[in-house]
Amino acid sequence: MPSLPVLPSGRLEQRFADKKPRYSKPEAVTEANRCIYCVDAPCIKACPTGIDIPTFIHKLSTENVTGAARTILAENILGASCARVCPVEELCAGACVYNAWGREPIAIGRLQRFATEATLEKTPLTALVPAKKPSTGKKVALVGSGPASIAAAGLLALEGHKAVIFEKKKLAGGLNTLGIAPYKQSGQAAIDEINQVLALGDIELKLGVEVVAGTAGAGQVSAADLLKDYDGVFLGLGLGPDSKLNVPGESGPGVFGAVDLIERIKAEPNLKLEGTRAFVIGGGNTALDIAHELKLLGFEDVALVYRRTEKDMSGYAHELAAAREDGARLMEKRVVSEVLRDAKGALTGVKLAHAKDGKAVAGTEETHAVDLIALAIGQSVATDIARAFPGVQTDKQGRVVVDAKTHRTGNPKVWSGGDCVNGGKEVVNGVQEAKLAVRDMLRALGGK
Amino acid sequence: MADLSIDFCGIKSPNPFWLASAPPTNSGPQIMRAFDAGWGGAVWKTLGDPITNVSSRFWSHDYGNTRMMGLNNIELISDRPLEVNLKEMAEVKRRYPKHVVIASLMVETKENWKEIITRAEDTGCDGLELNFGCPHGMCERGMGSAVGQEPKVLEEITRWAMEYAKTPVIIKLTPNTGDINEPGEAAARGGAPALSLINTVKSLLGVDLDRFVPNPRVGTQSTNGGYCGPAVKPIALFMMSQLAKNPLTKHMAISGIGGISNWRDAAEFISLGATSVQVCTAVMHYGYRIVEDMIEGLSDYLDSKGMKSVNELRGKAIGAYAEWGDLDLNYNLKARINPETCIGCNLCHTACMDGAHQCILIPGRTHEEHAKAGHTHIPENIPAVPVKAAGAIGRHLPVIDDVECVGCNLCHLVCPVPGTISMVEVPGAIGKKETWNDRVAQGRDLNPGSMESTLKRRGKTT
Repeated sequence: MPSLPVLPSGRLEQRFADKKPRYSKPEAVTEANRCIYCVDAPCIKACPTGIDIPTFIHKLSTENVTGAARTILAENILGASCARVCPVEELCAGACVYNAWGREPIAIGRLQRFATEATLEKTPLTALVPAKKPSTGKKVALVGSGPASIAAAGLLALEGHKAVIFEKKKLAGGLNTLGIAPYKQSGQAAIDEINQVLALGDIELKLGVEVVAGTAGAGQVSAADLLKDYDGVFLGLGLGPDSKLNVPGESGPGVFGAVDLIERIKAEPNLKLEGTRAFVIGGGNTALDIAHELKLLGFEDVALVYRRTEKDMSGYAHELAAAREDGARLMEKRVVSEVLRDAKGALTGVKLAHAKDGKAVAGTEETHAVDLIALAIGQSVATDIARAFPGVQTDKQGRVVVDAKTHRTGNPKVWSGGDCVNGGKEVVNGVQEAKLAVRDMLRALGGK
Repeated sequence: MADLSIDFCGIKSPNPFWLASAPPTNSGPQIMRAFDAGWGGAVWKTLGDPITNVSSRFWSHDYGNTRMMGLNNIELISDRPLEVNLKEMAEVKRRYPKHVVIASLMVETKENWKEIITRAEDTGCDGLELNFGCPHGMCERGMGSAVGQEPKVLEEITRWAMEYAKTPVIIKLTPNTGDINEPGEAAARGGAPALSLINTVKSLLGVDLDRFVPNPRVGTQSTNGGYCGPAVKPIALFMMSQLAKNPLTKHMAISGIGGISNWRDAAEFISLGATSVQVCTAVMHYGYRIVEDMIEGLSDYLDSKGMKSVNELRGKAIGAYAEWGDLDLNYNLKARINPETCIGCNLCHTACMDGAHQCILIPGRTHEEHAKAGHTHIPENIPAVPVKAAGAIGRHLPVIDDVECVGCNLCHLVCPVPGTISMVEVPGAIGKKETWNDRVAQGRDLNPGSMESTLKRRGKTT
């Protein structure tokens, strides 16, 4: 498998500095030596993939860096990405016993980053995971190339099964490539990691190929053909486009979907964002990310416009604190009632109404001049295609329904994981769901 | 405020804190800065026939993030001209008449000893310390620890020194010997009024695993050196207290040396018989300034114990330093874990499982899981008491099984949160004090490991 092409230069994301740069080896060893090496450690329980964190940190403390990477990758084949993108404050580090002791928790994410990056730049992933088993002749189709599919493909390949990934976009990696805040991980780092997985062998990545419900045209493959031609199918569909406000003036230049805008910042060469004032609508982590990114890109005033109060926000408190530290501000209890444009259609401002319990109060509108609006009020689902596989069901929110332990859908040949199942969580959740699915696939395919 | 001044076999010192003969006492200007900081005395870097030192002289034994838990050196005695050292010594004594300056000496022949003692005492120094301890470089030339390891030679040179010296003579002992009593007794026979110990422990600090050369590396080679610092303190305490108890040496003044870093260490040495203490590694690590805390800490400690003088502390712990055979077999401890401060790390559990007596259980496991973990006695009731520390969600207090707990202290020692695991005394199984020696004397038991001594004891009592 040849390596994926390098992302074009001139991307806005290249302007961002790393918020948590990789430790040097002495820094990593010193931090590792702070860890008290708990037994039945709460950090392991807080890690969705169950990485044996005290063991990998102990190995770092003895400068057994390669061993530390092996321990991480044994539970999480995308451990390098997760080291950079996991909200460790909410997961492993949030559970560290040091919190209970009133001390700074161990910087688990940064240690994991050092262990995986320092090792993988010298040693290929193949040499760090168990030896690949002989080919079984079985093959699995994976729909979407986000972290759940990449993890599943890697684990299947190690078991001797062939994995074929279908990605409708021209770039691989889903949100891990195109949606992570650039100060945490660059798109190129995500693609480099995919290359490491592809190098395990027996993984084919078909870019620009869409899976469709009906008859397949050019650049398409049908769901029926996947079921016919493959021994199993994994649906790693992710989420759909950004949701809209449905207010007057919304459509037109200057108003962006947040996920779309982040993708363009990360992947589009020579993107220019004009203006000095930006409003970000929403209270989740995507809203916090784009607000933070716009601030770092040089917007003078970046306001997060949220319909309720700070304590109601679904975004992580540590992310809000970090965005604020870089100068973003929060406007609570406001909803957008209209986007204002001049005669030529250019964005000029926005009308915000005061909100009570998240609902606009009539007669309270105020007008603000603004140059850019990013909508981060959620993403639609992209699971219509899932129902093209007989027996696969979606719930009221449009999420693919799976058995929690096996991640098998209503179709015994179809498994699913990642955002299309959990509604939008972390990379590490996608990896864990892929692990569970692969474990059950091995049983179904006659593996171990 | 307690009186910290001491009388060390006639040498008056404002406090018991002296700098050991080492790099911190290499020169007059250094020693004067040390005296300004509060040090009561200094043993000058050993004088003798000046040598040439190598570059790359020290290496450290680190433990986790603790730097210089132990320090190793391959530096030899003073490499400065003798005249310069003597001139500076006289100057220091002139400017600091109330502080103690001891000349550390190491030469070879009787004539050499006579000459250097005379010249050192001409500076006005308060005493002499004969360096019979240096375990590297000098011992190969028949000096330093080569003397300390040969009681007859040690005794003879001590006699020479006693013959020529007008000031008190301190014999500095090497720990690199099978029984510290032998050189100590030889020094007593030679007539010396004082001992200082320990000098450094012969050591090879580590190996550079890329070059396959031990550390500290001198080009393509290294050599064994002398080990000191906090890591050697327990060895020093043992050896010094042996001589403080020994009927043939207990009349001698002792200057305790070995890993003393703070007032607590100093108080421990003094309680086991030291009159003064000497410090080196801690000063090499943190500077002369540490003495402020040492003076203040020791003084406040003495006040808190109602002692008016440091002399009241001297030897306080010697009486409780018994032989193993005289320890009370009825004394019984059990571990107790404080739910208010436990953070739920379970380090006590793993230490007990693999390093002790399998008596700390993790609640919430089934009987089978406890058995699989390695418990052989599993109590009926294993209560799940939540850990109360804020943020310790879902964690439970490990449970001590008193039936299996032997009170070994290991869990108390590994617990990262001081004060969380305490050892409490409970009634013993025997019901009254009983020692192994009692049993042996009564013929009810054998002395562990020594059939001969057992038979001898039985022979004595029957």
